[in-house]
Amino acid sequence: MSCARMENKILGYVDGRLKEGERLEMEKHLETCAACRLRVNEFRAVTGLLDELPLIEPSTAFDARVHALVAAEPVKQSWWAAFLPSPRVAFAASMLLLMTVLVGKYSTPTQPQIAQDDIPVLENYDVLSNFDVLTELPPPVQADEAPDANVQMN
Amino acid sequence: MLDVKAGDEQSFALLLHRYRTPLVNFLYRMVRNREQAEDLAQEVFLRVYRAREDYVPSAKFTTWLFRIATNLALNSVRDNRYQRMEISLDAPVTVDAEDGEEKALDVAEKHPNIEQHLVEETRKKMIRHAIEKLPEKQRAAVLLHKYQELDYGEIAKILQCSESALKSLLFRAYETLRVELAPLVAQHGK
Repeated sequence: MSCARMENKILGYVDGRLKEGERLEMEKHLETCAACRLRVNEFRAVTGLLDELPLIEPSTAFDARVHALVAAEPVKQSWWAAFLPSPRVAFAASMLLLMTVLVGKYSTPTQPQIAQDDIPVLENYDVLSNFDVLTELPPPVQADEAPDANVQMN
Repeated sequence: MLDVKAGDEQSFALLLHRYRTPLVNFLYRMVRNREQAEDLAQEVFLRVYRAREDYVPSAKFTTWLFRIATNLALNSVRDNRYQRMEISLDAPVTVDAEDGEEKALDVAEKHPNIEQHLVEETRKKMIRHAIEKLPEKQRAAVLLHKYQELDYGEIAKILQCSESALKSLLFRAYETLRVELAPLVAQHGK
């Protein structure tokens, strides 16, 4: 294995993540390559130095702030819930319906109003019987008289 | 996470308890501002909660969690929204208190061995600065590799690259750290 091929495996070797075959190949290379041995040691030193940084703890209010954020989240509704009216609208609509039913049930029925001017006309049959247009109509033609009429014309 | 998906609020609390410290530490090392790290961590948990009903266990939960965290951290760093806290050389010496909070401290009064303490602090400062100087993606890769101990496949998924690309990324990052920390590396080898 050449040094160039080692580059991407050197970190895996340092933190013990190489497969068995790769690890053996690496160790064989390190036996003969002082530069790569030095690199491995220096990478080990770097990872050791990174361990020196202390951990910090979240502030005591951290959990409470997360829970407050979560509690402030709107409740997620299903897609069909978008078609449902809000409680206020639903209440108002039901009250309106109830009022309509009650008014319909308890109000007294009223007779249809007829215009007072129309009544004399309807009751005055003489107007119709003396209507000139109706009296001037020719008498109806009888069915058996029709051929005689044709003969006279001839 | 599947219990959280089923609406179990107590499971969400357990999730929060288990992952808050690694998440806050990862974000703190990415953005170098404690308050901002906590804000981002809270945003991560909120997004997890919001996405609980759509969660599909196709990958490990930690991979999903740190992918959200990494994206938020990278956006935060790139947008330059949050200024890193610069410590002036003239400012009082700071140390990590028991809870890790950096606080100004009168070293002479509270530390018996001032010289040794200053040496330790200088080492930590050098290590922090070496990590901070890495490009964001390399920094995220190192933090996930070193402190979260995720395997290469998981880190590659989080950073949305191939496993071989990740190995190259990590190699370059550790090479940079090796050069930046050369004086400490030499001491470490003795």
